[in-house]
Amino acid sequence: MQEKDKTRRKVLIGLTSAVGLSGLPFAATPFIAAWNPSAKAKAAGAPVKLDVSKMQYGQQIQVAWRKQPVFIVRHTKESLASLDLTLPKLADPNSDQIVELYKGLNLSRSKSPEYSVMSGVCTHLGCAPKYFPEVEPKPWDATWSGGFFCPCHGSMFDIVGRVFKGVPAPTNLVVPPHMFEGSILTIGEDKDL
Amino acid sequence: MNEMASKLFSWVNKRLPIVNTFERHMSKHPVPSKVNFWYLFGALAAVTLIIQIVSGIWLIMPYSNTEEEAFSSIEYIMRDVDYGWVIRYIHTTGASLFFAVVYLHMFRGLLYGSYQKPRELVWIFGCTIYLAMMAEGFLGYVLPYGQMSYWGAQVIISLFGAIPYIGESLELWVRGDYYISGITVSRFFALHVVALPLVLIALVFLHLVALHEVGAGNPEGVDIEEHLDEDGIPLDSVPFFPYKVLNALVAIGVFMTVFSIIMFFFPEGGGYFIEMANFQKANPLVTPDHIAPVWYYAPFYTMLRAVPDPLGGLIVMASAVAIFFIVPWLDRSKVASIRYKGIFSKIALTLFGVSFLTLGYLGTVGVTEIRKLVSIICTVIYFSYFLLMPIYTKYEKTKEVPERL
Repeated sequence: MQEKDKTRRKVLIGLTSAVGLSGLPFAATPFIAAWNPSAKAKAAGAPVKLDVSKMQYGQQIQVAWRKQPVFIVRHTKESLASLDLTLPKLADPNSDQIVELYKGLNLSRSKSPEYSVMSGVCTHLGCAPKYFPEVEPKPWDATWSGGFFCPCHGSMFDIVGRVFKGVPAPTNLVVPPHMFEGSILTIGEDKDL
Repeated sequence: MNEMASKLFSWVNKRLPIVNTFERHMSKHPVPSKVNFWYLFGALAAVTLIIQIVSGIWLIMPYSNTEEEAFSSIEYIMRDVDYGWVIRYIHTTGASLFFAVVYLHMFRGLLYGSYQKPRELVWIFGCTIYLAMMAEGFLGYVLPYGQMSYWGAQVIISLFGAIPYIGESLELWVRGDYYISGITVSRFFALHVVALPLVLIALVFLHLVALHEVGAGNPEGVDIEEHLDEDGIPLDSVPFFPYKVLNALVAIGVFMTVFSIIMFFFPEGGGYFIEMANFQKANPLVTPDHIAPVWYYAPFYTMLRAVPDPLGGLIVMASAVAIFFIVPWLDRSKVASIRYKGIFSKIALTLFGVSFLTLGYLGTVGVTEIRKLVSIICTVIYFSYFLLMPIYTKYEKTKEVPERL
């Protein structure tokens, strides 16, 4: 084959490959995008509303938003006052290491001074921590003063979801966007944001 | 009649290389004349793969991949489909035994230096098969949509979330929903029954083609190609067919007996093959008190837990698997087999084996302070086995390898 033909062949191969490769992202788009949450999944993940005025003081309830547990705790004045006692145990008491929606607004970390609203998904590997409000020695902590304990890998959080030092979970429990309209709590939406 | 059959055969053979292929890979394919039982697990792995494919196809028929029906369709298979319970237990027992056989097969590789030159690619394809199997096993475990399916998947998918910057959106993309829903189950189903089996079969094909190119190893680490007869066939070899095939058939007989005993009498394997929590339907609001992976992932799960940071844990766990790929270049020994390696290699392999089993045990039980400490020590031993290999294999005193097998 002549030298000229070889060059022609190279140019042709180069050009066709380049055109083919530039088409690749376009061809890949539908296959990648099809894995995004569908319109149906997004609709099912809409905000939830509930009336929290019937909650007992100190009670914790759990609602599902996007099928994930969200913890709501109604605090007593005493329990909020005792938050200072756990301060030395906490890894990040002021939520400086994460992006927090309502930072510094209330002791409860939510938009209401009385209720805490937090995602019930452990920041370690996504288990649901359990609520142990009692102030008494526990197998996992001899000086337990109430809070959440994750049975999967032993992470501990205080009653407003702040993580303890030296546990597998790296950050505080996430506070989802929410708003109170009277006693009606909406989780997943905040008109002020 | 006989004449017609042979005419037909020769007609086909002229158009399809039946005789050639049979001779090349079977009746004239030389394999070392002296090997031991460790060399049987490759054939057993192939048999298990076929069992998994056949039982899998039969499970697809009554299974339903929706959030509402996935769990109940498994119970339907177990109770209402004739012999459905047998087919499902074949598949679950097969999964565990597949891993057991592959772990023994891999250990054989470490024991006799099967990864050494010129078998590096055979080893790499093998490692890739193992990686694909881990993915395949995980995806399959999610399909019944029981409690352990859900929470196991929750933990594993959260690992994607540990990746900086893109983690959270990647997690959402993998799930296709805000939680592990029917959408996730059905995409895992597609990957489990179509995509990964195709990948696995292609990899097994490459593993075997590469193996037949370089020939099988032996426990002495002798290169049989060094001494050939006048026809160029290694003196210390026998043809694969019938010698190794018959050998393998006996092994398969024994293996099938073990398989049947487990399948009929201990199908749940004491909670290790099918975990008890998976007999409950998935509930996104309640985490089981004790989350443990199936036994074959347990060593890696323990390493994940031993690191007090999700990203660090992910890196350690991924490295623990990835490090297998570079073993051919970590081993600097002049000899292949443990029989001729020095004392340090022997100690290192023993410690590695013990730490792997200990990590496995720790992954199936809860965490305590002392267990956490042990798991850190075992993780360090596990990695030291690989990372110190270039040193202890290079400088230790090895024995002389004989000329002939």
